[in-house]
Amino acid sequence: MKIVAICGAGVGTSGILKVNAERVLLRLGLSATVVATDLESLHAEADDAQIILTSPEFVEAIGRTSADVIVVENYFDTQELSAKLDAALG
Amino acid sequence: MALPAVPDAAIVLGADAADWRAAVELAGAALTASGATTADYAHEMIRMIEEHGPYVVIAPGLALAHARPGPAVLHDGLAIVTLATPVPFGNAHNDPVRVVLGLAVASPDHHLSLVAEIANVFNDSDAISRLAAAASADGVREILGAIA
Repeated sequence: MKIVAICGAGVGTSGILKVNAERVLLRLGLSATVVATDLESLHAEADDAQIILTSPEFVEAIGRTSADVIVVENYFDTQELSAKLDAALG
Repeated sequence: MALPAVPDAAIVLGADAADWRAAVELAGAALTASGATTADYAHEMIRMIEEHGPYVVIAPGLALAHARPGPAVLHDGLAIVTLATPVPFGNAHNDPVRVVLGLAVASPDHHLSLVAEIANVFNDSDAISRLAAAASADGVREILGAIA
């Protein structure tokens, strides 16, 4: 399974999403590859992704996709991330 | 890998900012004063927000201002600005901002180990309010687990 974390720069915020998603997946006992990238590289990375993690600001720009788009409000709240990933994958 | 060193020049406490641009400029000026970036980097951080919106406000009260690696980044750097009066960035969930982190990453290759350290600090939900209340540069470094 592949998860793509999206932000404007492809470093920084999307990196935090990737790091925390990997921690949460480990706790949930799930295995996935998590890639951090920017909006411009999204379509190259997201073709085979099941989940896109991002902020509310990017939902419109992501547009139509076959992946589940999970919107994260507090990047450091691993309980929020865990509940949303569990709901999408469970 | 630890956080980059955070010298006194990279820490601004109790600053006044009229709006989000001024707050990000303060973080840019602190990165430049600490030697991590050229003065252009502040404008690049502002441009990211103008282009994509206030997504850098990634947790209640906290903005992680940053731009891409590039010629304006001289070496990895982290600046911390606390605001005397919280400033709205236009983020629906996490406004107003009390603490602005300015992050400069020299190369995309190693940025994940750096942001992992940032996550280690801020996954503790008290870290933002402790930083907002920090009274000294040493106090900030203690919360971050960073050296000067």
